[in-house]
Amino acid sequence: MKASNPLWKEELAGQIAENLSREIDAFETDIALRKQGKLDERLFAETRLRRGAYGQRYDNGQRSDGQKVQRLNFPSGDLTKGPNTVWDAPGMQRIKIPAGGLNAAQLETMAELAEEYSDGIAHVTTRQDFQLHYVNIDDTPALMRRLAAASVTTREACGNSVRNVTACPYAGVCQDEAFDVTPYSRALAKFLLGHPDCQNFGRKFKPAFSGCAQHACGLTSLHDLGLIAAKRVNTETGREEIGFEMYVGGGLGAVPYQAKLFDAFVPPEELLPLAQAIARVFARHGEKKNRNRARIKFLIQDLGIEKFRELVLAERKILPFDPRWTEYIKEAQAEFAETPLKPSGELPSLVAIEGLNGNSDKFKKWLKFNTRPQRQLGYVTVTVALPLGDITANQLRSLADIVRRFTKETIRTTVEQNFVIRWVSKSDVRELFSALQAVGLGDPGAGALVDITSCPGTDTCKLGISSSRGLAAELRKRVSEKSFQQDEAVQNLHIKISGCFNSCGQHHTADLGFYGVSRKIAGYAVPHFQVVLGGEWEHNAGSYGLPVVAIPSKSIPQVVTRLTDRYVAGRNTGESFKDFIKRLGKVELKKMLEDLTKPPAADRSYFSDWGDPREYTLGDMGVGECAGEVVSSVEFGLASAERELFEAQVAHESGQAEAAGEKAYQAMLNAAKALVELEYSDVSSDPEQVVSEFRARYFDTQKFFDPFAGGKFANYLFDAHRKAGQAHTSESSRYLMDEAQLFIDAAHSCYNRLGTLVTV
Amino acid sequence: MHTINLQHVNVKLLLKDSDSHDHTLDLDPVIPVFHGWIQEQSLDELLLDVADYRHVQSGPGILLIGHEADYSVDNTDNRLGVRYNRKALLDGNNQQRLAQAAQAALTAAQRLQEDTRLDGKLYFSGQDIEIFVNDRLLAPNTPATRDALNTEFQAFSERLFGGNEYSLSFGSDPRRLLAVSLKASRAFTVGELLENLRSATVANDVGAAKHGPSGVVPDYDWREELNGAQGAD
Repeated sequence: MKASNPLWKEELAGQIAENLSREIDAFETDIALRKQGKLDERLFAETRLRRGAYGQRYDNGQRSDGQKVQRLNFPSGDLTKGPNTVWDAPGMQRIKIPAGGLNAAQLETMAELAEEYSDGIAHVTTRQDFQLHYVNIDDTPALMRRLAAASVTTREACGNSVRNVTACPYAGVCQDEAFDVTPYSRALAKFLLGHPDCQNFGRKFKPAFSGCAQHACGLTSLHDLGLIAAKRVNTETGREEIGFEMYVGGGLGAVPYQAKLFDAFVPPEELLPLAQAIARVFARHGEKKNRNRARIKFLIQDLGIEKFRELVLAERKILPFDPRWTEYIKEAQAEFAETPLKPSGELPSLVAIEGLNGNSDKFKKWLKFNTRPQRQLGYVTVTVALPLGDITANQLRSLADIVRRFTKETIRTTVEQNFVIRWVSKSDVRELFSALQAVGLGDPGAGALVDITSCPGTDTCKLGISSSRGLAAELRKRVSEKSFQQDEAVQNLHIKISGCFNSCGQHHTADLGFYGVSRKIAGYAVPHFQVVLGGEWEHNAGSYGLPVVAIPSKSIPQVVTRLTDRYVAGRNTGESFKDFIKRLGKVELKKMLEDLTKPPAADRSYFSDWGDPREYTLGDMGVGECAGEVVSSVEFGLASAERELFEAQVAHESGQAEAAGEKAYQAMLNAAKALVELEYSDVSSDPEQVVSEFRARYFDTQKFFDPFAGGKFANYLFDAHRKAGQAHTSESSRYLMDEAQLFIDAAHSCYNRLGTLVTV
Repeated sequence: MHTINLQHVNVKLLLKDSDSHDHTLDLDPVIPVFHGWIQEQSLDELLLDVADYRHVQSGPGILLIGHEADYSVDNTDNRLGVRYNRKALLDGNNQQRLAQAAQAALTAAQRLQEDTRLDGKLYFSGQDIEIFVNDRLLAPNTPATRDALNTEFQAFSERLFGGNEYSLSFGSDPRRLLAVSLKASRAFTVGELLENLRSATVANDVGAAKHGPSGVVPDYDWREELNGAQGAD
């Protein structure tokens, strides 16, 4: 706890907006009440989450040190900040940055906070937020006050609320956009922040804006509310009008959903009221008890888009008029209008580039990958590529100096965990590069293969299964050495990594996506990544990749090499990676990677994760026993489930939706039966008996429950069983396959948790 | 001149050739070493986790995260060193808090030097030490603060370097943490510096009492107080 914490309130008096000040005071009171035992831990947990203060790995007060599970004896003793969450355990503070927009003073504030309350690093997230890690809950009110004094809030950065409103970082300067979505995104963020209609959601709600349909920048397809700028000609007046294509119900998470079109053209004045009506319908009809089915995507799936639309439009009709619907947009248009600091210019000549004393090659690469012409002639945007989304306090201050020197402080964060500096005169590009280079921010390769996206994973996230950042750092190191010598098509591929199935690394949208899973090999848990190939980043994440096979973490670099080499050697002219993967098909892909699914015999390094020398398991792993070939009956059963699912995917690929759905269901039954057989070896293959026994032995007893997801994955089986015999569409079988994959992964985890001794 | 209560003191011991290490020194072995320290819980603080930020240039390097303090092999400003960052509050006076941070950093440096897995790669320069105060409100980096603390840092340097000559310079960027660089006129071993601190404590902080504006309590053993103070955080 910082010595200065009690002093900041007085120090910043008069510098914080009254509403923000009041909210932070209230939060500080809640902290005091919780410490006195006068506030329930669950209530306090949701309170702090809505202020962006998350838990972090090991905050249950236990940690495996590789040899044993240590109890972490924090001074706070039994005091908790939520169920099973020790008060003193370090946490993560998320900071909302609407549309990713910042100014220089805000960058400097972020630097100070990273230094004083965190570990010196600010982390840019895949939703344009910042995160600070290892933060003490007692420091958070002071931290929030300092942010509020810089006009930044953490309110509703977490919890069941409207999360950060994201937007294309090129909005306003992009050559392809219909119009600048910035003021609309800022107006929506302001309108929904703390809105009474948004306080009773069963789960979070994420809005996103894009200026066009063809690029990826807004990722509207994977959001709860996606808005794409559109234009049309009014047939009555003959005038061009602007508006939004409105999409609802997208989301990644365990099972990814593409957002559905709600309205092809929403006029600007209807944007805020329609969003409000959607919020009301979500709050009223959305699931509240089962949080695993509480996102709006499930409500829309259950109701159907037509019924959902009907409810929203009915709600819209009865909404009392609110002048802020249009006032906020007008205010934002004035507040967020941008102009350049410098006159427009021309890019440096080749002679000038060659004069960059040993840096000319790097500059050329940087120019190619990190700059992009604006629609305003003579200006470019410059992307500052951050390794793994991380930036130091000193770099943040330097960046503040740079944006002051070259622009009117026009900088935004991106969903690829980078910064984009806007309105850079072409004449300044060389100097800007030198300035960035001097502070370690001049790396080329923005948006390229080397620019790998990763969620925090097992580094700090409680849900992490495998080390996504460890893998990202390793791949980045390997790829950066040869990235620019590789074929052009490979250079532009995207790698995205999540530490678990929750998809914070947005792996579904990548050419090469990975998410963390664990597998038991010869009785030992081994960190793995599920390989997800052929996702589409363009078209606002137009389609998602499909899982192919789980590979041990330490073999993933070989997976990347094999796939990229094969693509270079075997692609047809102009063939995208997505199309190439589709053409190869799952049978061939799996064959290609089959030998990598098992660790090499006697290689103990496979039993720990990237960047973490601890043994991956918590148990009593014996030295020298890891190379065994003993396979239990459960493992056979789980393998048969995966095989069945693989066949389902092949069937789906060839257009046999019905067969795919049936096989996916059968795969779940196989996995369930494998677990049941552990206790009841005579169980038949009758689905009714398998499900009934599974329910009694693993669901009712909670043995199958994931520590964080609870019984979510078991419900996938029960739902599939209830619907058995119903017709499958391509879409429904696709969802069922994804659910089957997660159920099988959960069965593996359950088996690992049981610590079952191997039986041959 | 007002008295400034120094909390959250950071001490960084620069390594030999500290400015030539970026991208060249293999620090991989530091990670298992830090994990080993967690297994043993052998330092004064509750040790929690290891964070690796080597992918960031001139960054915090590899951190051993603790509850009361972090230790790191830090490469901020492209100067590699062993750093101690005190997070929890400490009682006592400024000299005691400076001594606590220095002793913790020196102890960590000594362990790293002696660890065979590191093969002598991380060796203290013997002369260069940086001190930061990681709290802008208590110690803003202003001329007034620097004036107020100059004699405090001088007194501490006298103790640390056993009365030998040294130079002292402050960083001047008001946006950065209050920072002071100490450079001894000759190279010391880690053991010598630890001994200097112990001797000064045994001698009842005569030097600090003489030089330090805040003074110390006679017959005071700062380690005893610190042990109690950790529980109060």
